[in-house]
Amino acid sequence: MNLHEYQAKQLFREFNIAVSDGVAASSAEEAEKAALLIGGSKWVVKAQVHAGGRGKAGGVEIVDDISQVKAFANKWLGKSLVTFQTDEKGQPINKILVESCTDIANELYLGAVIDRASQRLVVMASTEGGVNIEEVAEETPEKIFKIAVDPIKGTNDLDADELSNLLSLNELQKSQFRYIYRGIVNLFLEKDLALLEVNPLVITEEGDLLCLDAKINIDSNALYRQEALTLMRDPSQEDEREVKAAEWDLSYVALDGNIGCMVNGAGLAMGTMDIIKLHGGEPANFLDVGGTADSKRVSEAFKIILSDESVNTVLINIFGGIVRCDVIADGIVEALTVMGVSVPVVVRLEGNNAQLGLKKLDECDLNIIPASSLEEAADLAVKASKGDLK
Amino acid sequence: MSILIDRNTKVICQGFTGDQATQHCIQCIEYGTDLVGGVTPGKGGQTHLDLPVFDSVSEAVDQTGVTASIIFVPARFCKASILEAAESGISLIICITEGIPTIDMLEVKARCDSLGVRLIGPNCPGIITPGECKMGIMPGNIHLPGKVGVISRSGTLTYEAVKQTSDLGFGQTSCVGIGGDPIPGSSFIDILGLFQNDPLTEAIVMVGEIGGTAEEAAAEFIKSNVNKPVVSYIAGVTAPAGKRMGHAGAIIAGGKGTAEDKFRALEAAGVYTVKSPAEIGKGIAEVTGW
Repeated sequence: MNLHEYQAKQLFREFNIAVSDGVAASSAEEAEKAALLIGGSKWVVKAQVHAGGRGKAGGVEIVDDISQVKAFANKWLGKSLVTFQTDEKGQPINKILVESCTDIANELYLGAVIDRASQRLVVMASTEGGVNIEEVAEETPEKIFKIAVDPIKGTNDLDADELSNLLSLNELQKSQFRYIYRGIVNLFLEKDLALLEVNPLVITEEGDLLCLDAKINIDSNALYRQEALTLMRDPSQEDEREVKAAEWDLSYVALDGNIGCMVNGAGLAMGTMDIIKLHGGEPANFLDVGGTADSKRVSEAFKIILSDESVNTVLINIFGGIVRCDVIADGIVEALTVMGVSVPVVVRLEGNNAQLGLKKLDECDLNIIPASSLEEAADLAVKASKGDLK
Repeated sequence: MSILIDRNTKVICQGFTGDQATQHCIQCIEYGTDLVGGVTPGKGGQTHLDLPVFDSVSEAVDQTGVTASIIFVPARFCKASILEAAESGISLIICITEGIPTIDMLEVKARCDSLGVRLIGPNCPGIITPGECKMGIMPGNIHLPGKVGVISRSGTLTYEAVKQTSDLGFGQTSCVGIGGDPIPGSSFIDILGLFQNDPLTEAIVMVGEIGGTAEEAAAEFIKSNVNKPVVSYIAGVTAPAGKRMGHAGAIIAGGKGTAEDKFRALEAAGVYTVKSPAEIGKGIAEVTGW
């Protein structure tokens, strides 16, 4: 689950990590009040969306007049921002963040992430902060400094100092960096984060360290123990069908093709998409019904798949391990009957109670095309999607 | 021979009396697994599935001499359950549960490593040595005792590989689902090493998927440590890049992690790759001449 910048900065403040003064606003009037409250004569106004690349897309501006704060709010609130990290529809802007403006001497990069390879929380820093950090990482990886946090002993100021030295910070900045480092490690571990990023971490004209941006992604598996963070969720930033799917514990990602897929297991779901492509077809979605799919969830999965108007064929591929194929078959029959599904539905059932499941499908008089293998299922579904199946 | 488990492995189940655990323990017992009891705190002294229930793992170890545990407890209790097993003398822990917070796994993995305990999973189908012992949720009837070792990150794709090698009559020595979580207890490399040293395993199937760099690391390992034929399929060639936030994920992965990267790394290590999940069995026939 992603947080907005203003929410992430709220958490930064709780953990004594230095950020600019700022207030989030939902209207031009609120934005004006925020600017007056913050004071000064120069502000940064930032569109709040769950995506990076906002600056390049016009979603961040420096303004030196209250009227410009209002103008920015009027221009963006209620609109969508398209960046290189969003899809072509962009992300809706419901809030803007008004912040005091900082004069920047230098831009650094600071990030924290779980590194699968070392199986540690790794804090990364670089003197090459800013928008081109990924290129820096790819072309000159030696400019990205990394410290792994010991999962049992935790961390200490020596780790922070090591990064400070690599970043060539002066003594004052070094002591400030200890707070920032400790803050982000504690925040990461206590709040179950999956990613934390400060880009840029700046050295101001006055020589102080300050976090100008903040990105936080939270481990969805840990939301049960992060009640306060759960309340920060903004469903408007998420795909409507993906949200609907998540309510039923289904994992769904929309794609551009016309063959709707319903599969158990993420790996097999991706494998099914791969084999559809190999047969010359186009999957309309990724959908994992999970290990405990019952009739109700299968019905919900159907609704989600068929809410995509480009779907003209459905391929169901279930390899029952936990899930029983006869239960899936009941779900399929029930859903097709209730919803009056008209598109052809190719079904491949294998594993736990597969024979019983296939028998149930055989006995109903719906538009179901049984397949006896993955290969055959893909072949039939692709033919059906092209109208080549009698 | 086989790896990790065989007909002599004594097994307990943690979370024994829960619905999922009960359903799957019945199937494990029917398959021939020597399940000697289970653990559910507060229910010690009771009997479940005609087997003793213990309050703690250490009681179970003391009274039965058990060495392996299969865990079905809810995600929020998994950290405590795995650590309890590891600290009570269990040497092989299989954690089936999905949805464990990654932060919990950081510590669990480090502690299991320092205690020398083998952890498989979490979020995995478990392990099976066909015809001998099943510690997992896989459908037993698709397996066949034989000569292929199967390792996979994905549950249902493991079944796919198993069914194909059974249908062709090759069978399996053991099948290990290592699970798809960011911090798995055991990696491809750990299990590849075990299969390499198992005299009955003549060929290996490795099923990977996009994300992380575990397959690339496995490819490096295979190049210098595995001389048995390996067939590999990587799921997710067609998966879209997806929306994302920030750069940290891309930076730490160092530009690796796509299916193409993984196929390339594996091919460079001499692994026979297949691009369709339906061709895993055929791939084994191809490389072995069976």
